[in-house]
Amino acid sequence: MSTKIEPGKTGSKPAGGLSRRSLLKGAAAAGGLAAGGGVVTGFPTIWAQNPITLRQFGTGVSNLNAIAEKCKADLGITLQMTALDSDAVSQRVVTQANSFDIADIEYWICKKVFPAGTLQPMDVSKIKYYDQIVPIFTTGKLTPTSKIAQGTAPSTVGFVEGPDSKKFASAPTQWMTLIPTIYNADTLGIRPDLVGRPIKNWKDILDPAFKGKTSILNIPSIGIMDAAMICESAGLIKYADKGNMTKQEIDFTIDFLIKTKKAGQFRAFWKTFDESVNLMASGEVVIQSMWSPAVAAVRSKGIPCVYQPLEEGYRAWGGGLGIAKHLKGAELDAAYEYINWYLSGWVGAYLNRQGYYSAVLSTAEKNMTPDEWAFWMLGQPAKADILSPEGKVMYTAGAVRDGGSFEQRMGAVACWNSVMDEDRYMVRRWNEFIAA
Amino acid sequence: MTLSRITPYLQASPLALILLAFLVLPIATIVMVSFWDYDSIQIFPAFVFTNYEETISSPVTWNTYLNTLKYTVIVWGLTLFIGFWVAYYLAFHIRSATMQMVLFLVCTVPFLTSNIIRMISWIPFLGRNGLLNQTFMAMGLIHQPLEFLLFSDFAVVLAMVHLYTLFMVTPIFNTLMRIDRALIEAARDAGANGWQILTNVIIPLAKPGIAIGSIFVVTLVMGDFITVRFMSGGQSASVGLMMSNQIALLQYPAAAANAVILLVIVLLLVAAILRIVNIRKEL
Repeated sequence: MSTKIEPGKTGSKPAGGLSRRSLLKGAAAAGGLAAGGGVVTGFPTIWAQNPITLRQFGTGVSNLNAIAEKCKADLGITLQMTALDSDAVSQRVVTQANSFDIADIEYWICKKVFPAGTLQPMDVSKIKYYDQIVPIFTTGKLTPTSKIAQGTAPSTVGFVEGPDSKKFASAPTQWMTLIPTIYNADTLGIRPDLVGRPIKNWKDILDPAFKGKTSILNIPSIGIMDAAMICESAGLIKYADKGNMTKQEIDFTIDFLIKTKKAGQFRAFWKTFDESVNLMASGEVVIQSMWSPAVAAVRSKGIPCVYQPLEEGYRAWGGGLGIAKHLKGAELDAAYEYINWYLSGWVGAYLNRQGYYSAVLSTAEKNMTPDEWAFWMLGQPAKADILSPEGKVMYTAGAVRDGGSFEQRMGAVACWNSVMDEDRYMVRRWNEFIAA
Repeated sequence: MTLSRITPYLQASPLALILLAFLVLPIATIVMVSFWDYDSIQIFPAFVFTNYEETISSPVTWNTYLNTLKYTVIVWGLTLFIGFWVAYYLAFHIRSATMQMVLFLVCTVPFLTSNIIRMISWIPFLGRNGLLNQTFMAMGLIHQPLEFLLFSDFAVVLAMVHLYTLFMVTPIFNTLMRIDRALIEAARDAGANGWQILTNVIIPLAKPGIAIGSIFVVTLVMGDFITVRFMSGGQSASVGLMMSNQIALLQYPAAAANAVILLVIVLLLVAAILRIVNIRKEL
């Protein structure tokens, strides 16, 4: 690190020049030393001496550059993030096990890929905030009295039986498959200025008054769940488990969708975030499946849009970080350190401020202002303007979050995004619906 | 002696190598993968016909192919009609060669922007609260916004005609420019009227250009997926879109089987066009 100055080696040069040069060199070396060791503090020694890079990939929602930058600043760990769609993520986890260190995947993907044996379960005794993780991800029950929702509930695929096991455990064990990062409850978005009546149920999307002004999303595994919520709400069918339909249930749902499509109820089917924003903002549709940041995006254009809570409850989703099987030694320690940092509050606050939820609420609360906490988590009216993490005004003072508090929203989950046993059949029938 | 014998091969080899690397190999790979098997997360080498069986036996495939052919026929007819008359005007009604080139370049100006931009710009124009509907309503022509303008077959065809007409104009313009004007004068001297000159002299001589333009348009429409997806709002399907969906779901072998079938059909269409018109006369 330091530059050693040996005047003897440059003996042929004039003495005066030499001494000045060596003085400069010495000063530069001292400055370098200060920058490297003294001035920048907070690096855990091991990563500063031996820089570690973790390759993380996942779906776009939580692959945020701000997190990578903060992680570098706090831990000295470089995070290389790659955003892929959920199908590509599943494929990479299974087929290219050495191409990643950390996989940021959704729980339903975990159900599909963990049995392939390319991820290693995590020892909860090394997870500092394990005891404070929201119980949805451990026991499955938000409060001791809640019921576990249908679909691939995170708690059902959150643990395996042992360090080398690929079998999901029915109750929490010491070995966790994914450390939860981000989750939310999804519902229908509406244009309150255009629907002209209160929206209370999923079946309201079938109202003839909205003919040609509705949309659902064209991502089979999620779209089928929204469709199931609609069918059940309309009293057409009662599913044993919306997250794992039988062939007959799939047939019934798809046939109903085809009939509805032919009757002209839908305006369009969207696949990407921005499509859903444009459909809503332009007034092409007045009620549709939506994601919460899309609702915020419509609202940021000054167009009224509400993420409408519905009587039947929400369709929830959640993701988490998994560690690749091949990690060991210093890299594995770094991965644990990264995960502990992830749960330690800064990231949690960042995610909560976007309208998502983070896994450890107590640490996130410490990183938010009391007003932010009251607005996002307790469902109380904002006392001052609510800013996005980038500093843009998202809600003005007095606004209330759609759906209310954390307990009201996450306590009313009807089903989780899931992967069905009849997945391939469902996808085929879904394509039929789109082509019909 | 030996050198002179291999010289032609050496001369042909650069093109042959390029075609081998960028045409033959990819197609061979697609054909190979179309016989592979797959599950929800990976594909594995095999030799099964299930991809073809599932594709051919499904009524969805047939509907999708019919739908794609429907688009192809309509778009081909419209681009041919518009393209021919644009080229005709440029070739016979504009006298100066400079002006012809200037106007022809004007036709290509929209192509300086991306394909997607040109297509997407229709969406705010045609939407329920779009410019067109608002104008009509303000003029009192309609009282309800016209819904069929966007997210419909109409929108798909409109966007495709907009995107692909130039591919018809260019080759037809090219052939029309080569027609010996003396032939037209001779026809007129022989007593032919304007219509007879068009049908008996100009159109037959423009056939190679029409054929080349048709090949462009047919292959472009048959393979299109993005226009169909955006302009129909996901309401309609095309073969390309079906493949893109399969790829998104990691069903590569099924997509490959579809690609092979599409390739065969497009080649048959092109063969039929070439059968009717001998474009070599032109080249």
